[in-house]
Amino acid sequence: MLELEDLLIVQDDFRLSASLRIEVGAQVAVIGPSGAGKSTLLGAIAGFVPLTRGAIRWQGVRIDALPPAQRPLSILFQDNNLLPHLSIFDNVALGIDPSLRLNAGQRAQVETALARTGLAELANRRPGVLSGGQISRAGLARVLLRGRPLILLDEPFAALGPALKREMLDLVARIAREQGATLLMITHDPADALHICPQTVVVADGVASPPEPTEALLQDPPPTLAAYLGTR
Amino acid sequence: MPSAADPLWQRRPPVLVWGLAAASVLLLFALNLGALSAVFWRAEPGAAHFQPADWAALRFTLLQATLSALISVVLAIPVARALARRRFPGHRALVVLMGAPFILPTLVAVSGLLAVFGRGGMVNQALGRVGLEGFSIYGLQGVLLAHVFFNLPLATRLILQGWSRVPAEHLRLAAVLGFDRRAMWRHIEGPMLARVVPGALAVVFLICLTSFAVALTLGGGPRATTLELAIYQAFRFDFDLGRAALLALVQAGLGLAALLALAGLTLPGMAMTGLDRAAPPPPAGLTRLTDGVAIVMVAAFLLVPLALVVLRGVPHLAALPVQVWGATLQSLKVAALSVVLLALATCGLALAALWSRRAAPWLEGVGMSALLASPMVIGTGLFIIAFPFISPARLALPVTAVVNAAMALPFALRAVLPALQRAEDDYGRLSVSLGLGPWAHLRLVLWPRLRRPFGFALGLGAALSVGDLGVIVLFAQSGGETLPMQLHRLMGAYRTQDAAGAALLLLVLSLSIFVMLERLIGGKEPRHAGA
Repeated sequence: MLELEDLLIVQDDFRLSASLRIEVGAQVAVIGPSGAGKSTLLGAIAGFVPLTRGAIRWQGVRIDALPPAQRPLSILFQDNNLLPHLSIFDNVALGIDPSLRLNAGQRAQVETALARTGLAELANRRPGVLSGGQISRAGLARVLLRGRPLILLDEPFAALGPALKREMLDLVARIAREQGATLLMITHDPADALHICPQTVVVADGVASPPEPTEALLQDPPPTLAAYLGTR
Repeated sequence: MPSAADPLWQRRPPVLVWGLAAASVLLLFALNLGALSAVFWRAEPGAAHFQPADWAALRFTLLQATLSALISVVLAIPVARALARRRFPGHRALVVLMGAPFILPTLVAVSGLLAVFGRGGMVNQALGRVGLEGFSIYGLQGVLLAHVFFNLPLATRLILQGWSRVPAEHLRLAAVLGFDRRAMWRHIEGPMLARVVPGALAVVFLICLTSFAVALTLGGGPRATTLELAIYQAFRFDFDLGRAALLALVQAGLGLAALLALAGLTLPGMAMTGLDRAAPPPPAGLTRLTDGVAIVMVAAFLLVPLALVVLRGVPHLAALPVQVWGATLQSLKVAALSVVLLALATCGLALAALWSRRAAPWLEGVGMSALLASPMVIGTGLFIIAFPFISPARLALPVTAVVNAAMALPFALRAVLPALQRAEDDYGRLSVSLGLGPWAHLRLVLWPRLRRPFGFALGLGAALSVGDLGVIVLFAQSGGETLPMQLHRLMGAYRTQDAAGAALLLLVLSLSIFVMLERLIGGKEPRHAGA
């Protein structure tokens, strides 16, 4: 279980507090107005944003003092998930060994991850010649390869068209299910939340609220969320 | 062909813009081609011969420029890395200080370096106290020391710009994937340096290729004379115009060859401020110590000489000889004229380049042409042209102002053009759709985005002009000196107290004129909303 216990983040005039629990294997959307602190929340869990107060636990063990690499998670950003000077194969292989000195077994693992994300033919290409969808797949291949139990998605599919985005959401949901991973996904689109996330955390007015069932939440949203969604 | 991407085409350009641009192009052509033609004619190619001392000057010029570039950039790499990944009180001030040597008059820096590394300086005194033999700052080592003093901060800022362009996501990715030092170097820092370092080396090499004032004060003699210094010596000591012209021709050829060789590189733009964004995650342990040492060393290297200039100058400021104040007035006159010319040329060329993107590369190329012919080359040519008709001393101030403006123009265009082009790309179509005329477009759309880099460019031009010790030495006679020239005479006559006061005066003058123009024209830095 992921627990955010009495969390407080203060950055200049910005404040965000959170006290919530997310079950192992849950798929949770994070939704809220721009600037509310969705990325800050994920950044704090990942170890990029220092906590002013509180604790983050995974399966009962505090992880908030650990450096990002030692936390049990993988993260995908909106952009720049791949290093431009490396091939797709090497970008994915970074997930096993940043020195890229792979043995035969590790190379086979990378190839499997690429095949499962439909990139086997593009392994030797550089990111610069790939489409947005292929780049997203490469990022997901690395997430798959790392096999960490917590997957954080900071709007990695925001720039994709509707059909491609849906395809990526299906792929990420399948990967999370197969690995038994917990998924936290920032989105601005309620349809994305409804599509793969049975639960949703609302971030608004300086507070990240505990997860609620997505469908019920979107049918009867609290005033801030309703104003953001334009339903009231 | 006009395109939809160039909405400015849809308006008629103001005549004034084209007039300014045409006048600037003509002046620059006359300055560069006129001077080079005069040099070529007077050098009598085929008749004059390079003497052994001239070959030595050529070798020394290339050697010191190469070593200065290598040392400055190699030392800048750990300093930039430390500044990029550390945050500490005074971090921003130190990054801003890194820009100071660029506007610092050469002679002021040399005064400070002499106070630290000179015969009676701090370092030699300390060596003497522990029974070790002192060292001489004069010669190649002194020239390199001064060039590194000027260019290490510049190279650091250029590499720091490279760090600031590494996407924050890549740094976070490195943290999540657990990159160690080697992986960080291989995947993040190495590729970034591969993009930035060639340009940084090229800039420092080009700057040092035309070194005059440093070589004049810390070099000299058969083993430490640059081509620029050799030109001056041919004028002053032998009045051998033919030899001066031949040397100037070689210097111009060298500049052209260097520019052609470096044409494929992306030269960095002029950074103003900033460079204060997301840093790589701070590592612990030994790297913290090495980062600290790099930061302290570079801060001491920059601050101690400047602090000594201030401390040694203050007691003598009030008792400066009257000639120093006269020279100050001359310097201010030169700077004022130079800034007006720089402002007109920058506006004319930049706006014309914006209006006609087809002509833009040519206009920018003409603006950059001063990089080809050094001040001494232009000065030599102009001297040859003027000498039969008029006493060159009478032209000292206007020629110095024109040459200073031409020398500052490449930097001004590098600062102003990108800002103008961004403003036009972002808001050009909106402006057209609102029906704004050319002047309203200039006032409401371009000027607010232009004024900060423009203020920076003019401040830079004024400071460079006030502190310049270049072409003026060929033209000025006794009584017509500028402040740097007067300071050089005081230093040469071992009037150390007067020189200390004059150095401080020059330092204050350069910095205050830069800050005043940057603030006056650039306005206050806009405040941005928080995250």
